[in-house]
Amino acid sequence: MAIEVRIPTILRTYTGGAKVVEGAGDTLNDLLTDLDSRHGGLRARLVTDAGALHRFVNVYVNDEDVRFLGALDAKLNDGDSVTILPAVAGGAFGFAAAAAIASHSAAAIASRASTARVAAR
Amino acid sequence: MLSIDRSIIDAIVAHARRDHPDEACGVVAGPAGSDTPTRHIPMENAARSMTFYEFDSMEHLRVWREMDGRDEEPVVIYHSHTATEAYPSRTDISFAGEPGAHYLLVSTREPDTEEIRSFRIVDGVVTEEPVEIVDAAVDPHAVQSYMFGQSPATVDYECSDR
Repeated sequence: MAIEVRIPTILRTYTGGAKVVEGAGDTLNDLLTDLDSRHGGLRARLVTDAGALHRFVNVYVNDEDVRFLGALDAKLNDGDSVTILPAVAGGAFGFAAAAAIASHSAAAIASRASTARVAAR
Repeated sequence: MLSIDRSIIDAIVAHARRDHPDEACGVVAGPAGSDTPTRHIPMENAARSMTFYEFDSMEHLRVWREMDGRDEEPVVIYHSHTATEAYPSRTDISFAGEPGAHYLLVSTREPDTEEIRSFRIVDGVVTEEPVEIVDAAVDPHAVQSYMFGQSPATVDYECSDR
């Protein structure tokens, strides 16, 4: 199963400069594991140690932000196009704001994950 | 050095003033490899904050795809600081993800004057660079400037009435 993955400039050090690579997987999580087997280190730039998608990396499946598709659990199909873009963000006193957003996001992910677990039962 | 047309700088400053006291942000696209910013694209600050900015993720995708389709790249990524100097904060540095871009900062803390400075941010290292403001290097009518949610074909302001 081939899925086209568009790599942003800042991560092309992991793909030998390639702008587009191909991978396989039934979910985004599987795809990133597959990519990491050929492009070592790429996954760690996108996924936290805790196993969640980094807050300030945007990943899209076709035209959808994966945050609305189940994040790492987002289902993939042959022929899908995945785009990775580092979030463009910053600001004057952003540390507090960034921390607030990051914790809000972590809470949202945790809440979604628990919802998913309930749904899976 | 960043070389940029005065009409684009004026449009960026107008955007920053309009959104003050919230931070404003946007991009100036240019032909890939040219290092020449030609197309001003004001972006929505999804954080709507006086101290933080973040591109809306869907607008980000749309604009980056559009640049790809036109063989352009983000030559300038700008945002405003509304109460502090135009120098990258630690947050700006930690999030800077476009090593090829000029990071332009505008401070609107003074009501009458703007501070405009440009930086390269690569691997966490900030290097300030001179900004050269050029008069009429770009046909002002060729510069499109439009807001989030409106199509470039129907909106054309800031440059047309100059």
